[in-house]
Amino acid sequence: MLLSLLLAVAIAALRLRDLFAVVMLFGIYSLLTALFFMDLDAVDVAFTEAAVGAGVSTILLLAALRLVGRYEKPHRHNPLLPLVVVCATGAALIYGLSDAPRFGDANAPAQTHVAPRYLSEGPAETGLPNVVTAVLASYRGFDTLGETVVVFTAGLAVLLLLGMSSPSPIPDFGSEDDQRMQRHAAKGLIPFILLYALYVQFHGDFGAGGGFQAGVIFAAGLVLYDLVLGHLHTRQVIQDGLLIRLGALGVLIYGCVGLYSLLSGQPYLDYSALAKDPVHGQHLGILLVELGVGLTVFSIITLIYYAFSARRVKA
Amino acid sequence: MNLLIDVLSGLCLLAGSFLCLTGAIGLVRLPDMFCRLHAASLNETLGTPLILLGLILQVGLTLTSAKLALIVLFVLATNPTATHAMSRAALHSGERPIVDPEAQEKSSSKS
Amino acid sequence: MLVATLIALFLSMVLILLRAFAGPSVYDRVLAVNMFGTKTVLVIAVGGYALGWTSYVDVALLYAMINFIGTIAVLRFFEATAPEQATPDESNGEPRP
Repeated sequence: MLLSLLLAVAIAALRLRDLFAVVMLFGIYSLLTALFFMDLDAVDVAFTEAAVGAGVSTILLLAALRLVGRYEKPHRHNPLLPLVVVCATGAALIYGLSDAPRFGDANAPAQTHVAPRYLSEGPAETGLPNVVTAVLASYRGFDTLGETVVVFTAGLAVLLLLGMSSPSPIPDFGSEDDQRMQRHAAKGLIPFILLYALYVQFHGDFGAGGGFQAGVIFAAGLVLYDLVLGHLHTRQVIQDGLLIRLGALGVLIYGCVGLYSLLSGQPYLDYSALAKDPVHGQHLGILLVELGVGLTVFSIITLIYYAFSARRVKA
Repeated sequence: MNLLIDVLSGLCLLAGSFLCLTGAIGLVRLPDMFCRLHAASLNETLGTPLILLGLILQVGLTLTSAKLALIVLFVLATNPTATHAMSRAALHSGERPIVDPEAQEKSSSKS
Repeated sequence: MLVATLIALFLSMVLILLRAFAGPSVYDRVLAVNMFGTKTVLVIAVGGYALGWTSYVDVALLYAMINFIGTIAVLRFFEATAPEQATPDESNGEPRP
């Protein structure tokens, strides 16, 4: 049922030429995907998909649409060759998948190697009920460090390519009279959104949540501030230079936790070196590491939004 | 007491889903963008809190129902704002609502 | 009763998708996406309770927020990009005072 809706949305998004409509259909697509993830009992993934796919991605795509045209230009090449290539690749993929174990098979290699150990020993070893956060921040902590560095690098790339100052003065909306209602509503809601982001950050140990989602929600709150109250006010609240430093600080916190463990004689990123009791050490380490991740994700997403929205005119 | 709560929650859910469904039907069938905006968002702004209220009655008084009450407050605060923003944006970009031309002619011929 | 609610919500989602595909103007599509987001919040809340998903309330609350922010963002960006599209010769009504 959900799959058919998803397919219909995807086909419609392909057929339309108006790119604004396509961006909005992609928003619906990620809403449906989040429903899928909830149905498969992957709550953290649904959380992240909701925050990133339906929220931040839509906003960034719209900001990018402002720099390119609104309508898709008609194709000038013959679609027959791409169709043949796509069909051949799809057939090869389906043939390759036929050997894969059935969905949810208990004897599949992915379920029998380390997964049972994570599920059975995770809460006891790390002290966290949420196994996803335990795996993300402790068992696979090095991967998460890599992801955080990747996010930071993306921010650096956007800074290098676009810069955050605009070449021409930007018209500032948000001060007109008939937007009072939006401004009042936003002023009432933004503290709530930021508070919810903090809740998600620290509640990630026990329920769905964690550093990534919290950073995205925090950035979304700031984006709302920027949309409704104008970019001048927002850049007074959070300056451009502060953002990149916050992003670097997040990565630094993460790396330094590992460095501390190294200097205490344990392997890199072994949190049991952080406190006398290993379980407490794990808990403390995961807290600090998630803080670093949340800081970096928040500052980089806000930075990318600043960079895109500073370009109001086509270059 | 349990039966009363069950019946109340069932009524709330039924009313809420009826409102949401009619709002969606109005979205498809009505002729003009402003008509659709009016029908859809009014129905939804009442239907959503009703459905969530029915859910709160079924869940009982726990942390979950407190969070559901927060969602109700949030929807009640943001849905009208979004509707206002949409109609303002549409009006600013030149969309105008359809008014019956025959009635307009009659009123102009009378006066 | 919960199942009936879920069925009604799915039907509404299909109808809203019809409007999202067919809407002649951008504002129809923005309205459709906003409504779809609210229906998703309801499906997550009701379905989460009925099917026993974990932590469903947090996701529903998040979606309500993101839906609102997304709608405001689309309207802002569209307003800032699109030139004035007023067509006075085609409109057949008076603007509301």
